[in-house]
Amino acid sequence: MLRQSIGFNSTLLGIFALITAGVVAVTQQLTREPIAEAKERAAQAALYEIIPRERHDNDLLNDVMPLAEDHAHLLGKDAQRGQIHVARSGSEPVAAILPSVAPDGYSGPIEMIVGVDADGRIAGVRVTSHNETPGLGDKIDLRKGNWILSFDGHDLESMRNGGHAASSAPGKGFDQLTGATITRKAVTRQVERTLEYFETARPLETNDE
Amino acid sequence: MNDFKEISLNGLWKNNPALTQLLGLCPLLAVTGSVVNALGLGIATIAVLVGSNLSVSLIRHRVSDAVRLPAFVMIIASFTTCAELLMQAYTFELYQILGIFIPLIVTNCAILGRADAFASRNPVLPSLVDGLMMGVGFTAVLLAVGAMRELLGAGTLFANMHLLFGEIARGWELTIIPDYSGFLVAVLPPGAFLAAGFLIALKNFIDAELKRRADLRKQPVVRGSKRVKTTTVIGS
Repeated sequence: MLRQSIGFNSTLLGIFALITAGVVAVTQQLTREPIAEAKERAAQAALYEIIPRERHDNDLLNDVMPLAEDHAHLLGKDAQRGQIHVARSGSEPVAAILPSVAPDGYSGPIEMIVGVDADGRIAGVRVTSHNETPGLGDKIDLRKGNWILSFDGHDLESMRNGGHAASSAPGKGFDQLTGATITRKAVTRQVERTLEYFETARPLETNDE
Repeated sequence: MNDFKEISLNGLWKNNPALTQLLGLCPLLAVTGSVVNALGLGIATIAVLVGSNLSVSLIRHRVSDAVRLPAFVMIIASFTTCAELLMQAYTFELYQILGIFIPLIVTNCAILGRADAFASRNPVLPSLVDGLMMGVGFTAVLLAVGAMRELLGAGTLFANMHLLFGEIARGWELTIIPDYSGFLVAVLPPGAFLAAGFLIALKNFIDAELKRRADLRKQPVVRGSKRVKTTTVIGS
């Protein structure tokens, strides 16, 4: 009797598992392409925001190169899986977009991408993932505030002299982020380190010789 | 017909999952920072709730008591996974914002509760209506909390609706309080507790008031008071 009921019930559950798994499998098949497209669109949108379409004519998303191993530590440990996207106009490289991770945000690492023009100036910085405090630190996200745009146009030298947001002198450098000193310093330092990487590894010049 | 009215009233007000049963509080408190987040999670929950109530009701005579719970959970889990995949495909940015709370719909007790308490004992059509109304009731509370927090926290309403409705919704954002610097507590988790608590208190107040009025209307009959005689002859 007992054995019979166990057998019956487990068969029943097994049938259930098959049906539900089947439903999920079908949905997964149907949505696989739209999901891949949505992911690609999202990745592309971030890249094109930094380097607009007018400035280049190549496929920004797929024109990639690996990081230079000797200097990759400058971009942060978690960024080392990433790749550099290169923007070209004709065959001339005009800018590079580097992945970069600030390790010392207020609540964990802050992932961002930094666009650098061929002359070493910042084309744009975007935060792609973070866990900073809502209402304070999350203003580094362009959806919440314009602070991240204040890096545009700076190069390594102007970051080091005067423009340095992490310097505590009032009225100097980048706009303050009220109540989010740690977040602000973490992002600024990491942007500076990214520029250092660009200066030392020179990703846009490697394929000449 | 009356039955459906009763079921709807139950889901929307009397037995509201969030305000009376206090189920599903985790997503209620976690994602209601803005109206668009609340609506996104609400729609996903309605879809899962309707789907699971429908399928549970369809199989209610075939599943023995001993294995009914695992069977129900499997149904709910597969519906949730489908909802997750669909959101990923068609509302990718919103999916990224809601994050872990989409898969966590599986653990929303309101859904398993309705499957076991209602759908496993009732025919298909009432179960469908029950799922829909419970879902709508839950979503209404999500929206109310979301609107309160967005208004107090950022001074806007319906910001970022394009995440859900596409490009046409970009202009829907209403700035209710211009140049508002933001009220941080409303955005942080405590604001969710405060807003939800306020809504529960409001519902209890309204219920108490309705009861008081109903009591007033049916005053007890005092001896000696006049009555209207409505019958003439009893029996023959």
